[in-house]
Order: sequence, then structure tokens, then C-alpha cells
Amino acid sequence: MRRYTPKGNVQKKAKYTDRFWVAPKVPRAEVEEGSFFATVLANLKNDNIEVLDSYIEIDHLVVEIKPEQNVDTLKSLRDSSCFKMCVELSAVDYLAQDGEFEIFYLLLNLDEAKRVRVQTRIKQDQAIETVENVFRMANFAEREMYDMFGIYVNNHSYLKRILMPDDWVGHPLLKTYPLQGDEAASWYEVDKIFGKEYRDIIGPELRDPARVDRYDTQRFARIGKEVPFGADPELVDTTETPIEEGYSKTLLTDYTTESKQLENRR
Amino acid sequence: MAQHQVNYASSGGLPVVLTTADHIINWGRSNSLWPLTYGLACCAIEMMASGASRFDFDRMGVIFRASPRQADVMILAGTLTKKHAEFTRRLYDQMAEPKWVISMGSCANTGGMFNTYSIVQGVDRIVPVDIYLPGCAPRPETLQYAMMMLQKKIRRESADMKKNKKQRFI
Repeated sequence: MRRYTPKGNVQKKAKYTDRFWVAPKVPRAEVEEGSFFATVLANLKNDNIEVLDSYIEIDHLVVEIKPEQNVDTLKSLRDSSCFKMCVELSAVDYLAQDGEFEIFYLLLNLDEAKRVRVQTRIKQDQAIETVENVFRMANFAEREMYDMFGIYVNNHSYLKRILMPDDWVGHPLLKTYPLQGDEAASWYEVDKIFGKEYRDIIGPELRDPARVDRYDTQRFARIGKEVPFGADPELVDTTETPIEEGYSKTLLTDYTTESKQLENRR
Repeated sequence: MAQHQVNYASSGGLPVVLTTADHIINWGRSNSLWPLTYGLACCAIEMMASGASRFDFDRMGVIFRASPRQADVMILAGTLTKKHAEFTRRLYDQMAEPKWVISMGSCANTGGMFNTYSIVQGVDRIVPVDIYLPGCAPRPETLQYAMMMLQKKIRRESADMKKNKKQRFI
């Protein structure tokens, strides 16, 4: 039997990670001759769009283009190939991997029930032209992209944060943004409502909802050891032995060495 | 002829009730708690159900008011985002004293499952809370029980709010 190792913080990290796990990739297929998507690509070529790569993923046509041609590409798809609807527009953070953002536009042809994804890559400090004049939905979607990734959109009519408050620091959907927020995020409501000098009074956020503080006489009352509400923590009996945090010592039996318990069993 | 005039001397005492000022004021306060119509997330659905005919909050004197100026209780029903925290505090400040706050559900109590950057990790960071309701979402019965607990609490308090040992650091 293996030695028991205490598993502290089991909720915070994955219990089991497979070292050999590889993220699955969606199979890519070539665009078949004579298919609908082949005519879409032909239409793009007629409109002088430089297609860097094109393939089919789960019945979507994926078209990779240069970032400068995004407006022309969407216009061509809308007018020549009848993709009348832009379903989604956003970005993917590949900064750690390639130092680039991937921006994608998901279009839908309502007559043929076909979808096409236009994607392009931009550098971190590069801006992209707005497609607001091609699809009106881009107004909000590009604002969200700016809010979440900090990607600047040129010639946008009203480029302003849409989800986060205006005075928010950072762009939350970046991979580098911590899930529980940076310092500005963790004090945001305190700073805004009461001012920075109230940070000491209100205290940092409690991120562990299961935390029990035995000296906190306002939130917790210990059965059998009751003190008045909000009593001075100094008055709480400190002579008793504190409870061990984390794991119980009785579980820490070392089975690798000879023990009486095992001998008895034999 | 109907006997409309009561003879106090013969019918067992004067029509006088002796009580304390605290008791009579708190009797009035606790029996007409008017919460603010203020729903933040899915807990608000349960709060609405509590107010509707099946659970019938009205019989307890609890009537939802759409203005903070007329409300005594703020039920924080749901997830409070950091963007919205400012406005919650503003509504709380607009309510007239005396006022009480009920934190309804896990999200309002501790942030709940939203252990993220954008959610206030417990509404007691911005407003002083009287009653915390567990549950996700709490059933209307739980909210009614909380309201009854709040009534009990009010009856126990001094009518002079300044004398109460409520934690009003914020």
C-alpha cells in the first residue's frame, strides 16, 4: 500500500492530470470541387481577396485572410455569396503561443444554411478596421472585443467598454488576466464606494467560503464555547488546543514500514 | 336602545394598555416591513414567488415597494457584480432609517460559485447585513422564515437605532 499523502487544497487543483493528454483537433477537410463552398471561394477570388488558407471544419468553411482585407472580405461574402448574417465576432488570445490575436467572424447564409468562418491574425499592438458598416451587429461585438481583449478597432462609432465598468483596469479575457482578479479588481467596489482608505477597515476578499475563523466572534459562534456577539477576540479562550488545519493525523499511518496493525492482521 | 356608551368602571378597567415606547414602536416597525423591489439574479424569482399569491407575503405585512424612499428592508436577491455594487450602495443610502438588509442566497452571502474577478464576494463588503439566507436559490419559505426572524430581531432591538449594536462601520 502506498504511503498516504495529505491532499491539501484538493479543490484548488486538479486531482489527476494526464501528462500525455493532447488537446483533440477537429479534422480538416479539403474544399470539394463543385460544392457550394467552392463557389464561395471563387467569388472571393473574383473580388480580389487574398485567401491565405481555406479548409472545412465541421461543415464550416474556414477562410484565413490578411487583417487589412477584413472589411472587403465580409462585404464580398455578404454581397456575392449571400452570407447575410454575422452570428459572432470575437478574438482568441494566442499571445503566449504566437504573440498574436486571432480574430474571427462567423457568418451564416440563411438560404443555403451554410456557415463560413473568416479568421485573421493581428499582432498585440495592432488595430483592426471596423466591420460595423457591413454588419450592424459588429458595433456591440467589437466593443466587447475591445473590452475583453483590449484590441483597438479603428473607425468604430462608439468604442467603449460594454461589459466591464468604464474605469476597470485590464482586459479580463486575456489569458494573462488572473481568474480571481488583479489588485484593482479585488478592491474595485471598496475603492469606488468608500475610497481607498476603507481598504483596511473592510479587509481583503474572502475567497474560501468554507473558511471557519474560530476567533471571529461576529460571523461564527462555537457550540459549547459561546461568547457574546462581537466579543473581543482576546476574551476567547485560547488555552484549548487549536484544531489542526488541513488533514487529520490519524490518517497519516505509514504503511510502508512495519506496524503493529499489520502484524496483528497477519 | 343600543348600549353604545361603555361604563369603564363596571366593565373591568380602563381602555389603557401600558407598554414601553420601544415595544410599541418596534411592534409597528416589525409588522409592516416593506422591502424594496430589487432583484439581482435568479433568487429574485423566488422573491417574486414569495410576494405572489401562493406564498403571500402580504399576510405578514410585507409589501414590496418600488421606491427606496418608502422601503425599510433591502433583500439582496442574487449575484452582485462589482459593476453594480455602486448602485446597490446608492439605493441603500437612499432608504430612510431605520433600515435592514437581508442577504438572500449563496451568491449574495459569499459570492457563491462565482469565485471570479467580477463578483462581489459577499454583499457585507458594501452594506451591513442583518440576516443571511443560505440556499441556491432559497425557497420562498426560507425567505418568509428570514422575514420572521428579522421581525424577531427588530422586536428585540431598541427603538432608538443609535443604541443598537449593529455593525455600522460602512
